[in-house]
Amino acid sequence: MAESNLIGQDIVSRDLVAKITGRAKYAEDYRAEGMLFTKLLLSPLPHARVVSIDLSAALAHPGVIAILTADEVPQDEFPFEPCLTNEPRYEGEPILAVAAVDEMTAADAIELIRIEFEPLPFAIDPLDSLRPGGPNATLMGNAYLGREVGEVKWEQSVFDAAGPDGMPMGPTEDEWEFGEGGVEAGFAKADVIVEEVIYSHSATHHPLESRTAMSYWQNGKLYIHCSVQSVAQSRRAIADRLGMPFEDVVFVSEFCGGGFGSKIRGSVTEIIPSLLSKKAGGRPVMMRVTRNEETAFGRARPGMQGWVKMGFRRDGRMTAMDLYLVQDTGSYARQGDTSTAADCASLIYTPETMRFRTVTVLTNTPPRAAQRGPGGAQGVPMLEPVVDRAARQLGMDRLEIRRVNGPTAATRFGRGNTQLTSCYAPEALSRGAEMFNWSERSARSGQRNGSKVTGVGLAFSTYYGGTSGWDGLLVIRPDGKLYIHQGVGNLGTHAVMDTARAAADVLGSDWEDCEVVWGSSSLHLPHSSTSSGSQTTHAHTRANHAVGMAMYGLLQELASLELGGSPSSYAVGNGRVYRIGSPGSGLTFAQAAQRAITRGGKFSGAVLPDDINEMTRNSATALAGQGLIAAAKDTYPHTARTYSFVATFAEVEVDVETGMHRVVEVTTVADCGTVVHPRSLAAQANAGVIQGMGFARSHKWSIDPTWGVHLTKRLEAAKPPTILDGPTQYHFAAVDLPDPQNPVGAKGIGEPPVGAGSGALLCAIEDALGGLYGSHTPMSPDKVLSIYENEGRVASGRLAIHV
Amino acid sequence: METLDLRSQAERSFTRRTFIKGVIAAGAVVSSSAYLFRTNGSSASAQAPGSVERLITLRVNGQERRVDVLKQETLATTLRYKLGLTGTKIGCDRGDCGACTVLVGGVPTYACSLLTHQVRGREVTTIEGLANGDQLHPVQQAVYDEGGFQCAFCAPGFIMSMVGFLQQNPSPTIDEMASGISGNICRCADYPKILKSAMRAAENMRTV
Ligand code: FES
Ligand code: FES
Repeated sequence: MAESNLIGQDIVSRDLVAKITGRAKYAEDYRAEGMLFTKLLLSPLPHARVVSIDLSAALAHPGVIAILTADEVPQDEFPFEPCLTNEPRYEGEPILAVAAVDEMTAADAIELIRIEFEPLPFAIDPLDSLRPGGPNATLMGNAYLGREVGEVKWEQSVFDAAGPDGMPMGPTEDEWEFGEGGVEAGFAKADVIVEEVIYSHSATHHPLESRTAMSYWQNGKLYIHCSVQSVAQSRRAIADRLGMPFEDVVFVSEFCGGGFGSKIRGSVTEIIPSLLSKKAGGRPVMMRVTRNEETAFGRARPGMQGWVKMGFRRDGRMTAMDLYLVQDTGSYARQGDTSTAADCASLIYTPETMRFRTVTVLTNTPPRAAQRGPGGAQGVPMLEPVVDRAARQLGMDRLEIRRVNGPTAATRFGRGNTQLTSCYAPEALSRGAEMFNWSERSARSGQRNGSKVTGVGLAFSTYYGGTSGWDGLLVIRPDGKLYIHQGVGNLGTHAVMDTARAAADVLGSDWEDCEVVWGSSSLHLPHSSTSSGSQTTHAHTRANHAVGMAMYGLLQELASLELGGSPSSYAVGNGRVYRIGSPGSGLTFAQAAQRAITRGGKFSGAVLPDDINEMTRNSATALAGQGLIAAAKDTYPHTARTYSFVATFAEVEVDVETGMHRVVEVTTVADCGTVVHPRSLAAQANAGVIQGMGFARSHKWSIDPTWGVHLTKRLEAAKPPTILDGPTQYHFAAVDLPDPQNPVGAKGIGEPPVGAGSGALLCAIEDALGGLYGSHTPMSPDKVLSIYENEGRVASGRLAIHV
Repeated sequence: METLDLRSQAERSFTRRTFIKGVIAAGAVVSSSAYLFRTNGSSASAQAPGSVERLITLRVNGQERRVDVLKQETLATTLRYKLGLTGTKIGCDRGDCGACTVLVGGVPTYACSLLTHQVRGREVTTIEGLANGDQLHPVQQAVYDEGGFQCAFCAPGFIMSMVGFLQQNPSPTIDEMASGISGNICRCADYPKILKSAMRAAENMRTV
């Protein structure tokens, strides 16, 4: 096998020219003959029932072709989220959709619809909903009890005991504890105990491209153009939502203008144009989603209200952590963010004992979904400033306390006593400290320059680094090229291109002789992971390596049949299969492809391995006869959990007169295994840190508690980070040591930088404020001032939501 | 708690159904009427006010283009839906994000916030008008060489801002460059790489 030579190189992604010349086609860039346009009627109320709808005037309006109501779309039991509803559970939920010859006509028709709502009680704040007599977000209740929804109300005494700024802690739905003697024993061993109210806010993902979709039907097949984080899995999900086999869906998503977890398997609303098109006799229907609509149904990060207590020995070792979190899951599905936050906490601090309690509450606010670093991105920034408080009380360096508690390769952690595939966390912390010059900079903490105070901080973050067991699919065609088929999404991480290198390296192919095939199911793609949860790099370097090996074997076997000798007397490289020791001999890839077509059977894709997924089988079968075809499932061992680690260090300057701050310096170091694409990795990590810092300081939403309506529907109000919100340069390095359970050594990186970035910023601000903990994200200038002037008190309240 | 009071207040008013009882003109809840357009040759509602198109001539990417436009039509809509220039993106349609940035008379302008009628007789340059055949514009070349952007939905807008800014300020400092393109948002937050590309673009522009 050839030595790896593509892994680790900066190779410009093939699709970049299209992206920078305007030729790249995103969902809204497709046109089809006779295309209709859609407008939606959205709920004006946070919770209501539709009593009556009169469509007559709208249907009579010239240019209106079809109107789709909730009665005509798939409905199922809660928490199933329909694409249209007669019981809207949040303001902005789609109720019906009009297709017309153009958008203005559709909008005019919407105005002609007469609709009557019966308002229903609604809940905006989870704690409010948990009070005796508090409102329920649904008619079934207000909280998840397992998979069911029921009513959870706490005694008034729970709220009285908490006091005005304390966390009320009633009975929870889910609870676990580990460690000998439980947290009680852990705290008994502690020399220093800190406890805090903690909080993390909800906010819309806001990818720059909204979830626009265009669909039409032709010969019983559905064609859909949309913006998703996975072609293979979204095609399946869309087909499921429509109750049809995935083979009948032609799914196109070549470019995706950002997702951050909000477009993992597509969107519920994506089937609206498909259903409208069906009603309109198959005519193409385009549904452009506005920024306001994106705010309503484009998904958001779950908020958390909670409390934590940590115990430490004098040497800094964490003996106990007691974590209590109420999760705001919005109006539909239950999210796992609080649980993941706890899992991440159990790994970054490896406490000797830990208890976790959580309850997941429904509110009449937009549905939540995973947002980059789900759980970890809330947990890390909530907990890291509390650890800093403990370090101050212990008189201990803040880097040191993380070293003492952080994981190593030998660590077993959490409730499952989980083992890691690899861990170079200590290396990441040391390298970061060195690059940032931690000892010198941290000595400057608290230095004043007029009204400006210097603060430094660091945060240590982790996330799952990848799944396994997916498929790869390769074709060597008579043109001599290696075609690497990829069913993952193309959302800007470059993983769709970069993970293909694993197959090319196994076969010793020049990158110029390889083509990556992606973006449309009509091109026959394998069963691939979603591009989410930092899994793609790990999952698909494995799958492509596995299928590369399968192709290697097929080439050897084919050469032996064609030219004699044993298969093992052949090797593959530089576009041929050749007799070992004589690189000019054997068959070129072009010849091999021809011979494979002639021979058929397992060489041409006519006979396929048994263990591959149905989707891969269908794709390979469709390609059969076009060349030498290899399909394979990744069956490499994966006997422990894969996690990546990120440490971010930040220096800020806080103006204690205005509450404003300036980020002066940021350094990030990652342990994500072997580096596949250095420049893209640095970009992912730095941008994740920036997104995290943006989340910690400004990116938010506001929902009016009186009327339950959104007040931050525009980007200008939602305040995602801009280019002026940080320094002009960010420093990044990777530990670049291989994970032993990935054939190229790689682990995922998308998620953990977000929590590291927001945590480092909050810790640095806390440091500038002399260690006053009053964290309430987003840490807007008014809150910084309030904390500074009122000894840690946040004027709006430590648990105040949506502010 | 304050919010609780507010809520019960809300509920009281709901009970009375003062603002909601009866028929709601649902049009009031449609989220953004500005995000609307009529496509070319639409037969319907030709009588409706505001639906009369006028044939005008635009100068786009060095070509004269004859096109029917509505009085209230934005340049972004005309470019994308009537002239087939879909490289200009719409991220917000409200002047918040810069995804729609084009050059009008050499000046970076939000095409979502400008009426097509206003650009009559002025030179409009879109992302499609930068490269010369297969040869990238020096700014595009710089972005390419730096492996610029992630999802790249913001890329056309950013690149147009860079081109416009560098025409006015060929030798910016890095801070000036950041300010110069701060009217554009990148939700992937690829800012460090974008800025590096922009500084390289400045170099490229000076040497052409
Ligand atoms: S689309 Fe024009 S500024 Fe956002
Ligand atoms: S690269 Fe995705 S918005 Fe800029």
